[in-house]
Amino acid sequence: MTIQTSFPRSGSPPPPPAGNKSLRLALYRLRQSPLSVIGLVMVVFILFAGVIGPELVPFPEDATGNTRMEARLTAPNETYVLGTDDVGRDVFSRTVIATRTSLVISLVVLAIAMLIGIPLGAISGFFGGWVDEVIMRITDIFLTVPALLLAMAMAAALGSGMVNAMVAIALVWWPGYARLTRGQVLSLREREFIEATRALGGGRWHTIFRHILPNTLSAVIVKASMDIGFAILVAAGLGYIGVGVQAPTPEWGVMISEGRGLLRQAWWASIVPGVAMFTTVLGFNLLGDGLRDILDPKTRR
Amino acid sequence: MVRFVLQRLALTLVVLIGLSMLTFFVARIIPADPILLAAGPRASEAQIQLLRERYGYDRPLVEQYVRYMGDLLRGDLGTSVVLKRDVGPDLARYFPATLELVLAALLIGVLLGVPLGLVAAVYRDRLPDQISRVFSLGMVSIPNFWLAIVLQLILAFTLTILPFTGRFDRLLHPPPTLTGMYTVDALLTLNFEAFGTALRYMIAPAFCLSLGALATIARTVRADLLDVLGTDYIRTARAVGIPTSVLILKYALKNASLNTLTQVGLFFGYTLTGSVLVENIFSWPGIGNYAVSAALTKDFVPLMGVTLLTGFAIVLVNIVTDFFYLVLDPRIKYTS
Repeated sequence: MTIQTSFPRSGSPPPPPAGNKSLRLALYRLRQSPLSVIGLVMVVFILFAGVIGPELVPFPEDATGNTRMEARLTAPNETYVLGTDDVGRDVFSRTVIATRTSLVISLVVLAIAMLIGIPLGAISGFFGGWVDEVIMRITDIFLTVPALLLAMAMAAALGSGMVNAMVAIALVWWPGYARLTRGQVLSLREREFIEATRALGGGRWHTIFRHILPNTLSAVIVKASMDIGFAILVAAGLGYIGVGVQAPTPEWGVMISEGRGLLRQAWWASIVPGVAMFTTVLGFNLLGDGLRDILDPKTRR
Repeated sequence: MVRFVLQRLALTLVVLIGLSMLTFFVARIIPADPILLAAGPRASEAQIQLLRERYGYDRPLVEQYVRYMGDLLRGDLGTSVVLKRDVGPDLARYFPATLELVLAALLIGVLLGVPLGLVAAVYRDRLPDQISRVFSLGMVSIPNFWLAIVLQLILAFTLTILPFTGRFDRLLHPPPTLTGMYTVDALLTLNFEAFGTALRYMIAPAFCLSLGALATIARTVRADLLDVLGTDYIRTARAVGIPTSVLILKYALKNASLNTLTQVGLFFGYTLTGSVLVENIFSWPGIGNYAVSAALTKDFVPLMGVTLLTGFAIVLVNIVTDFFYLVLDPRIKYTS
């Protein structure tokens, strides 16, 4: 039970709901920031589009190399709400289907990056010494080179395609998570509850996985929510260059690249997928920005 | 401080060697065979073998790496299998164009980002601040290669006020090469007409590239200004009666500038990455464009060259940024 000692003054935001459950507090804080709510709405809408959108679009068959030459380069009308491309495929349908492609890519990339980065970061921070030194120098190497450039080289070497693009991006993405986890572990390691775990006879691995890592979770979630958008941008960049997802699979980067050549006759072919990508990335960034305020109060300004 | 600089340099060397190993093994261990691609589908077994020997691909990997490093130390970045040209001179030719674009983008980022952050800090939590926040998040969310296409559509196709692609008017002679950066060369030779032409070609791609830096600088300036505005000496100055405008422009901004400088340094790398795609769209003859064509033809030697050069440039800029920080803020002491 908490006793309310101050009363809301008019004009100031209402106090947090009583019974400080962390979830309720989080929801309260989220409501305080209208931009994060907008971000959340955008993200929910995008997830919806990605999960069931492909089943609802008017021309699901356009996900492939389907052609409809009689309707090529049609400007937006009732049948083709956002026009068609140079082989008559519906731009709206393809853009929606591509949402799923991009979401899958970015989620898989982050999952792989975390699977590599978090354990390495934890080991680095917990054991210190030469282990730490070696792992950190390796992350230095990766972090020196721009992710897109390295991912481009990796994707070129692995061969183009969606799976290889995901592997390539994840391979350059994990050092961020290793660094983050290491920093968190370094500060947690000295805390009393870890000391207590050790005093009670908890082994090293037990301490790392059961007591330290769960406490790094909120920082990881914040980073991941900010990273989803950037992973989408890098994946689309690879698709645009031609070393990522390959045509005819609908993917925003690939679509923009194809539409670029049609700029004079059919601007919608490259503009529409870009708008979709921009909306998606912005939604995740708005949400991530809000989540950082909520889960990581230290950075609040 | 000498010790600090030496330590940084030693660390840099380790990173660069690691980088060379990374790029080397990515290029050689992973499946795609550059020789098969370079030889073409109809090459005979003997021809392929000949090519392998010529480029040293028949040797054990470690020997190949040692040879590669040896060449690197002599300034030889290897030969492109596809272009059949040395990579070093190519990089020397393309790098100034990229550098010019990146520097222009960072300049735009500072010129627009600082006022934006300033306005946001002054109107904290009010409408201008919210707009500035959305604007900043929006700018880091825009795919810059897509924005490049939008700008082409609007400025070059529809309004026809800017050229579509390229770096300079094909019918005119670019200014004589001094630095390789057309705008700088034009100014150095007092050729203002060429400067104007070069600027017209550069403005759209540079703007596309500037967004990330612009947004981050705006946020940094805002946060730092708010920090400084809350300090005692500012409150004292305010109490003494110094007008707010003088307070902010003369006292607060000066102290907030240090972090902005760091951001510019950090964003050098980020902007350099962005240039890969933007150069491609504007047919800007820089190393980004060069890297894209190399990636498409699986030509790894130029790709490794670009990666190494980029990594080297970024490490160098980081050291210089650290150094400036050290000189500008005497409170900071680097130990360790």
